[in-house]
Amino acid sequence: MIKESVVHIHRMKDMPSSHLLGTGTPMCAGCGGLEALHNMYDILGEKTVFVNAAGCLTLLSVYPFTPFRGGWLYTSMASAPAGAQGVRDAMDIRLQKKQITEEDNMEVVVVTGDGSAYGMGLSATSGAMDRNLDFIYLCYDNEGYGNTGQQYSAATPHAALTSTSKTSHGYPGFKKDLFAIWAAHNPTYVATIIGAEPLDLAKKIEKLRTMKGPRMLIALAPCPTGWDYDPKLSVEIGRLAVQTGVWPLKEYIDGEVIHTKIPKKDKSGKRTPVEEYLKLQGRFSHLFHPQRDERGIAEIQARIDAYWDKVSD
Amino acid sequence: MTRKLLTGNSAAAWGARLAGVDYVPAFPITPQTEIIEDLSLWIDSGEMAARMVTLESEHSMITAAGSAATSGVRVFTATSSQGLLYGMEMVYTVAGWRAPFVMINVSRGLSSPITLESDHNDIMAARDSGFLQIHCASCQEITDSVLMAYRLAEHKDVRLPAIVNQDGFYLSFTREPVDLPDAEKAARFVGVFDPENLQFKSGAPLSQAMAVLGGGPYSYFRYEAHLALQRVLSVYDEIADEFADIFGRRYDIIESYKMDDAEYVFVMMGSYATKARDAVDSLCNAGWKVGLARVRVFRPFPKEKIRQLLSGRRAVAVIDQNLSMGMGGVLHSELATALYGMKDGPAVLASYIGGLGGRDISQQEFFEMIDELKQASDIGQILEPRLLYTKNELTEIRNLQAIAQAEHSEIHNK
Repeated sequence: MIKESVVHIHRMKDMPSSHLLGTGTPMCAGCGGLEALHNMYDILGEKTVFVNAAGCLTLLSVYPFTPFRGGWLYTSMASAPAGAQGVRDAMDIRLQKKQITEEDNMEVVVVTGDGSAYGMGLSATSGAMDRNLDFIYLCYDNEGYGNTGQQYSAATPHAALTSTSKTSHGYPGFKKDLFAIWAAHNPTYVATIIGAEPLDLAKKIEKLRTMKGPRMLIALAPCPTGWDYDPKLSVEIGRLAVQTGVWPLKEYIDGEVIHTKIPKKDKSGKRTPVEEYLKLQGRFSHLFHPQRDERGIAEIQARIDAYWDKVSD
Repeated sequence: MTRKLLTGNSAAAWGARLAGVDYVPAFPITPQTEIIEDLSLWIDSGEMAARMVTLESEHSMITAAGSAATSGVRVFTATSSQGLLYGMEMVYTVAGWRAPFVMINVSRGLSSPITLESDHNDIMAARDSGFLQIHCASCQEITDSVLMAYRLAEHKDVRLPAIVNQDGFYLSFTREPVDLPDAEKAARFVGVFDPENLQFKSGAPLSQAMAVLGGGPYSYFRYEAHLALQRVLSVYDEIADEFADIFGRRYDIIESYKMDDAEYVFVMMGSYATKARDAVDSLCNAGWKVGLARVRVFRPFPKEKIRQLLSGRRAVAVIDQNLSMGMGGVLHSELATALYGMKDGPAVLASYIGGLGGRDISQQEFFEMIDELKQASDIGQILEPRLLYTKNELTEIRNLQAIAQAEHSEIHNK
């Protein structure tokens, strides 16, 4: 059993050495969502109830098996935060009536994909934040409706090929800024994380554990099947997402946004070019084959540069 | 016991209060809103020890109701019409969770055209969900049925959510005298909610409502819920008797009125049955042998009871305050199914659609239905389904259409 409270994570050495989540789940090899969940669960501990919305991770618990040590409740695609509301309120009522003790109390954690978080479930999420619900929300964001075969969603990045944007231009829209939408509700905590940066992730989970109220997490979830790459590249792609500045690691507390890991620049003042990230993924292959799409790549790079230009080091 | 003048909505709120509910997830919708207004006032003023939370939709409201009930507390909620349909995904879902709680539905016609007035198409949409359904005809019955519904829903052999239905406007906004059950007696009758295995707590890992793979396990769980719902029929009488012993009011699964020697029978649900009662009285006074059977518990469907009640009758008029598009009245279809193969069943089972969107059913119409039943059974005729609708009403809509046409022409000829 993992210790209930892990304190002071400064280095990789301080991280839990064994996983709490059971093995043998039907998730794809290299699933970035599962990786983020693993890392989070190890630190949260087993006193957790997961409330799930329709998505890939729904298949973690298939009767009669579950990889969780605590509770699990599948709700629907749109209403996992409302499910969390009922569980939290019921536990509070039972604590108040002394039907259960503080020892029995559990942290309520919503787990949904981006399809639910960015779209169908946004209203329920907004409502939960309005009501200052004491819960944690983990969105594993693989940038498309992954469980149905990677159709584009509001989380899909510009130019990505998906099963509903198959032609050479890819997805014409732009990834929605869910971090900003969530932060606009002024919840207790909002952060972006990624499984490939476990120390940054662990520090954030450790921090939010001590807080009350809505604590919101978006984990970029590299997805071998949806993004079309070899599963062994998941960690590398995840690291590149951070190094190239595609996925800014940041947190929002008390009205302020703080970047927790600023991508390094070389001597000439340049970050790792975004094409290092793009070229490993089949969903961006049309930017490189049959010929290089200089304009397309430059446009994507320019948007990343514009983002970081506004961030002070 | 206190006697009070209460609307159907207040009667519902009193039911929740007397049942000692812990948790009220809510969302406003006409004509249900007064229920949650009453409850919020009592909770805020400390008269009622419960927690209320307003969700951002009925879909979320029913989710929270189900998840709280599966986490071990007694839950009450209420909705109506479009709200029930907005939450319909979760109506089916929480029944599958086997989450016992009580929801009031204040019946209101469905869009479109959009209306605020009453009919039963909303509640019929929840027919196959696994919820129990109790349909009320008076404000007294609403308070009493909420209390009984908790006993039925939480019964160890059942463990399913229940809907107590009342008609919008006709009951929701109509004041009637209600004998409020004594709080202590009500608490004793309803008892303490024992969540059994329905709870999340540390050290007791539990997965609920998880996925299944394949039709085998799926069929198993769905059929289990069906069997559980049917078990209401075997536990109902014991609970109704206990209620009658304590409070002096006995509610049958099907309410019979002047049925003893009735040759012709009206079968219907909800508050419109009180209009039929008046017609039955008049007809009996005029020497007809007419009775009324009001189906109170619609799910599970009391098939055997219907067969007993209608055996040996000459003819039956089923009045549906709903319309299953492309088929007709839902209650009529269910009766036909229940009576199929019965040797001494009624020869005539006529279908009337009436009261859609709060349309009245006049006494004259009840008399005419009985006339039709008599003629049809005398000559062995099969009656075609009919919509209760008068020439005057048709003239009225034709007039409105003429105005619309005139407006349209005026715009286009400018």
